[in-house]
Amino acid sequence: MKKITVAMAGNPNSGKTSIFNMLTGAHQHVGNYPGVTVEKKEGRCKYKGYEITVVDLPGTYSLSAYSIEELVARNFIIDEKPDVVVDIVDSSNIERNLYLASQLIEVDAPLVLAFNMSDIARRRGLVFDIEQLSRLLEAAIVPTVGNKGKGKTELLDAIVATAEQGRPKRAHKVNYGQEIEEELGKIETVVADKENLSQRYNPRWLAIKLLETDGDITSKVQSKEVLDTVGASADHIKSIFGDEPEIIMADRRYGFISGACQETIKSTVELRHSTSDTIDAIVTNRLLGLPIFLILMYLVFQLTFSAGAYPMGWLERFFGWAAHTITGLWPAGSENWLKSLLTDGVIGGVGGVIVFLPNILLLFLAIAILEDSGYMARAAFIMDNTMHKIGLHGKSFIPMLIGFGCSLPAIMGTRILENRRNRLTTIMVIPLMSCGARLTIYALIIPAFFGENWRGPMLWLIYLIGIVLAVTCAKVLRVTVFRGETTPFVMELPPYRVPTLKSVCIHMWQRGWMYLRKAGTIILALSILLWAAMRYPRPGADGLPGLNPEQARQKQLEHSVIGRIGRVIEPALKPLGFDWKIGTALIGATAAKEVFVSQLAIVYAVGSTDEQSQSLREKLQDNYTPLTGFCIMLFCLISTPCVATVAMTRQETHSWLWALFQFGSLTALAYIITLVVYQVGSALVG
Amino acid sequence: MQEKQSKPLSTVKAGETVKLVSINAGQGLNSRLASMGLVPNVEITVVNNDHPGPFVISVRDSKMMLGRGIAHKIMVV
Repeated sequence: MKKITVAMAGNPNSGKTSIFNMLTGAHQHVGNYPGVTVEKKEGRCKYKGYEITVVDLPGTYSLSAYSIEELVARNFIIDEKPDVVVDIVDSSNIERNLYLASQLIEVDAPLVLAFNMSDIARRRGLVFDIEQLSRLLEAAIVPTVGNKGKGKTELLDAIVATAEQGRPKRAHKVNYGQEIEEELGKIETVVADKENLSQRYNPRWLAIKLLETDGDITSKVQSKEVLDTVGASADHIKSIFGDEPEIIMADRRYGFISGACQETIKSTVELRHSTSDTIDAIVTNRLLGLPIFLILMYLVFQLTFSAGAYPMGWLERFFGWAAHTITGLWPAGSENWLKSLLTDGVIGGVGGVIVFLPNILLLFLAIAILEDSGYMARAAFIMDNTMHKIGLHGKSFIPMLIGFGCSLPAIMGTRILENRRNRLTTIMVIPLMSCGARLTIYALIIPAFFGENWRGPMLWLIYLIGIVLAVTCAKVLRVTVFRGETTPFVMELPPYRVPTLKSVCIHMWQRGWMYLRKAGTIILALSILLWAAMRYPRPGADGLPGLNPEQARQKQLEHSVIGRIGRVIEPALKPLGFDWKIGTALIGATAAKEVFVSQLAIVYAVGSTDEQSQSLREKLQDNYTPLTGFCIMLFCLISTPCVATVAMTRQETHSWLWALFQFGSLTALAYIITLVVYQVGSALVG
Repeated sequence: MQEKQSKPLSTVKAGETVKLVSINAGQGLNSRLASMGLVPNVEITVVNNDHPGPFVISVRDSKMMLGRGIAHKIMVV
């Protein structure tokens, strides 16, 4: 079967995703472009004896090198030379959208234009002379309505026809005017003569990019002569026009576009005040904007965690039942490593992975609705003033908020951030947002050490410390590790649209599957590793007789790798007011934060924590001071993200380095802060 | 002459329509703004200029939000 590779380009909000879904349905694969955290979506379909691979490029306004997304899109088109480039054009906003097309024409891409949302354009009274426009732009044009699935066969026909024609030689290109064309000619000659790059790129295109002082191309040029020529040309143009070359050139491209549009597009109706304007007047209102945003965020949080609690409960019950069934295969009371591996290691691990699936699906349901409806862009702006002060993007607020529920969906949720530095910074500080699992630790400790009136404020204080630290760390990271200017804020406000069920479902399904396949496997492996460390080596059987089950478990834990590590690190924990028992529980808590409580119960041999947490609290009161209690909470709040978080960070940043950096620096931070608090606290108390 | 009358976009009131004269935002951002439709002589309508709050403009049938810093660097008449 013959193969065709199609790259899909288009402005953000041009309905690119809906066309991609229309062509490929559920046959999609989400990955990343090599070396960068930009998502790469690929899909497949068969048509007329061709196997068509569709690559969804990031949404961009042009092929400049302003952002990593633009660079990725551009490199794909130039280096991979796809057989066809489909440019999705929002036909209700044609001139701005054709700017990208004018650049695709410049790189000689075999082009098909999908005039998407043609129904909206018609309603706005726009009439296109498609044949004439197609002749002027030398590209097939197909009207589509992506979210209604209209224009699919026509688009596929155009793709196949364009692929069969091969690379076009174009007669019409943007003419930059005599002065600029002269300079381009000079640069082109020097480039073709002196520069190795001209073997990979078309010399005229190189000349254009160099004159525009394109950062990426300029940095690749080695010949000094070329750079000198470019510099002289740029100065010359500046002296004639009194403006930078890139502005004049952009202007000429718009000239080219409006030239083509003038005769081929007729507007029969005057633009009226649209529904979008009315919604915006309310949603971005000075007084109402923030409350509306906060209410919506509250709903997102509730949907993710409160509604998610039901399926989570069913899954937990299912895994409980599975563990029970497997236990039943062995005679009651017998000890067997395989039984333990299956029930505690595998089922515990798999269950631990899958119970988060509802949260992740629901969060991405909410995000998909917010994004597809157009509200996300507004939300970003509403929070931007505040988030900007700590060097983050307005959209960072959403994953950080989700972090109060669980770090896993939160870290995955940072995918809504386009800027890499913003995204990494947000991922790094998310574990400081005190997650739901940590609440079980506070619920144990606070009533044990603090009187009725102090419990509320204490809990509030812990959460507040987390938020303050997250803000501080974000700020510090942005001026150190992730230094670099914040991308100046320019963002399009897309018109509001009703999200389609299909696109929302595909989005949810992709995220869920990605979580299970990628993060899930690492989480599972790490969980089993921890399970083994908690169980082995085992004490000899002769040490155990005469002990009750609680004491036997205590002995086993003491004897295990984790118990031993707990002992070994005790000297290091002493200055924090912790003994080896707390140390052991803390290490166990890396499996999942709530494990801290059950581990502590085991080292104190008090049995199950559910009914007897009162007795565990008494043990704690006997052994520790309230100051130590507070320090435990502080340490658990800041330190050591759980293995699932580490795995997720590894997955989302594509680097163990960042995952270990997060793990290490948060643990170090926890150590230092707890140390200071304990030492100062002890000195004050006497 | 025109240069002298020009003022930053950030000073334009909501509802007014102005014409872009120049952008002094540095190479990368110049191209980005141009690709979003902001080139000399284009008409810009300010939709929202409340303090605090988003600075929203309408250009070529699309609405955009700008940071105030950027709005300050765009000169209009």
